[in-house]
Amino acid sequence: MSEKTEIDINYVAELARIELSETDKEKLSGQLKDILVYFEKLNQVDVTGIEPMAHAHKVQNIWREGDQAGPVFSQSVLNKMAPESRDNQVVVPKVVE
Amino acid sequence: MSDLFYSNISELQAGLNNKTFTAVDLMQSVIERTEAVESEVNAFISRDIEDALKQAEASDKRRLAGASLGALDGIPVGIKDIMAVKGQPLRCASKMLESFVAPYDATCIEHLKASGAVIWGRLNMDEFAMGSSTENSAFSQTANPWNLDCIPGGSSGGSAASVAAGQTIVSIGTDTGGSIRQPAALCGVVGMKPTYGLASRYGLVAFASSLDQVGPFARTVKDAAILLESLVGYDPKDSTSLNRPKENYSKALEQPLRKLKLGVPSEFFGDGVDPEVKAAVEKAIDWYRSEGHTIVEISLPHSELCVPVYYIIATAEASSNLARFDGVRYSHRSSDAGNINELFNKSRGEGFGEEVKRRIILGTYVLSSGYYDAYYLRAQKVRSLIRNDFDQAFEQVDAILTPTTPTPAFKKGEKSDDPLSMYLSDIYTISVNLAGLPALSLPVGMTQEQLPIGMQIIGKAFGEADILSVAHAFESNHEFKDLRPNLDNSKQ
Repeated sequence: MSEKTEIDINYVAELARIELSETDKEKLSGQLKDILVYFEKLNQVDVTGIEPMAHAHKVQNIWREGDQAGPVFSQSVLNKMAPESRDNQVVVPKVVE
Repeated sequence: MSDLFYSNISELQAGLNNKTFTAVDLMQSVIERTEAVESEVNAFISRDIEDALKQAEASDKRRLAGASLGALDGIPVGIKDIMAVKGQPLRCASKMLESFVAPYDATCIEHLKASGAVIWGRLNMDEFAMGSSTENSAFSQTANPWNLDCIPGGSSGGSAASVAAGQTIVSIGTDTGGSIRQPAALCGVVGMKPTYGLASRYGLVAFASSLDQVGPFARTVKDAAILLESLVGYDPKDSTSLNRPKENYSKALEQPLRKLKLGVPSEFFGDGVDPEVKAAVEKAIDWYRSEGHTIVEISLPHSELCVPVYYIIATAEASSNLARFDGVRYSHRSSDAGNINELFNKSRGEGFGEEVKRRIILGTYVLSSGYYDAYYLRAQKVRSLIRNDFDQAFEQVDAILTPTTPTPAFKKGEKSDDPLSMYLSDIYTISVNLAGLPALSLPVGMTQEQLPIGMQIIGKAFGEADILSVAHAFESNHEFKDLRPNLDNSKQ
């Protein structure tokens, strides 16, 4: 894993949709490098034939028994949550030119 | 009545039933205490005094009408700022949610309200529950009531500090990698994380969904048991919630403790542990031995790998969960964005603090194309090995005893620029979350500098009653539950 301990911070920040300052990028790259080196401990152990575990209990595919409508939020409650709204709608920047 | 704020639930219920005082008197006492020490402790992000007094008044009316709702009726319960309480701010200690007000109650809050509890305040925490010192809060720095220069632990630092300082009777926190047990240990109170799936996560701001659990903080084991009873229960709104019969945990404490086999894992007593912590926990283990319990040396061989496994899985899940904070629907929006991508990038860059950014970036990286197998998939496999370690250990023993933390509370600022060393302060608590087991931290000693020391008691899945009983036996024979921090303005 050693060759992977350098993070391409610009690429990952773009994937994560987070704008970082140049100072942040430099600081984060250094810290993440240390953390990734520490993660190499995981290479000490043989995981051949071991099942990955995503969840503490063996439960999957929980289906609801018939979807019953419950209380819903009113338009005014939802609009109040949004950082900007107008005419009962959430304002967003133009996405289609 | 000035010491009501340091009473336990049973004493308070007796006083309320005998009309020695009212729920409003109790709430007033807690409010006065809070105001007297809050400038030192800073446990709260916000508090709604009027609302709390109104709830207390309603409790008094119920009691007068002979319709009291039980052990929690009229008892102030502090809430970590991560759970939705209808009409109250829900900031998650983040600028991202600075102006957010919760439109509904989390299921655990519904349960508490149905038990008559007085929902009291929004308690400080690390932003989005990411941290081990509560220094990552965007709003204030909580102090350890035992030494104001020290951190209270985290992420539920406000929940632990407020209980230790008498600013509430009990409180609620969440635990993803130790965020209840670690601050409980460092503040000298009881803190418990139940089995994964026992308490609903609905209405909780998600950090790492396969690890997050809600649990109680209290000054006594019995108070923690009473609060836990109210919190747990099946919830169809949480697909990981388990449908199990309700247990009466506080009643279980009345039974004499049967002779048990208690496991002590050698990996938890090695070089990294502070000598005073080690000595206090070993002394507690000796006490159990002297009471006729069998102490069994066990091994959890993959313990050392829990930190890397956790920081891969938790950050991966966080990077996905926190994608919802996009500046569009209900979070901070940058005023400086021209198009939609800038809106996402700038809102998130401005709204999230340093640790949250670090974890989202790390989580995004370990999930990204080309690295998924090497990090995320491998971590999930090692997670299986860690759980197998516990499965094997529990074939031999009824419960496991370890230190909760490698050291007592550390000084503010000591680890804030060294994320890796901060991550290692959770080394004894993390594996329990990875395996989904219940565990609690119990005060078992004090350092020479008067800082509390906690012992962790880990149980089998759904072994809550067992570990509470193990803790209760020790607590009843020691006086750590009666120790109080010496706060300057204290009116004890």
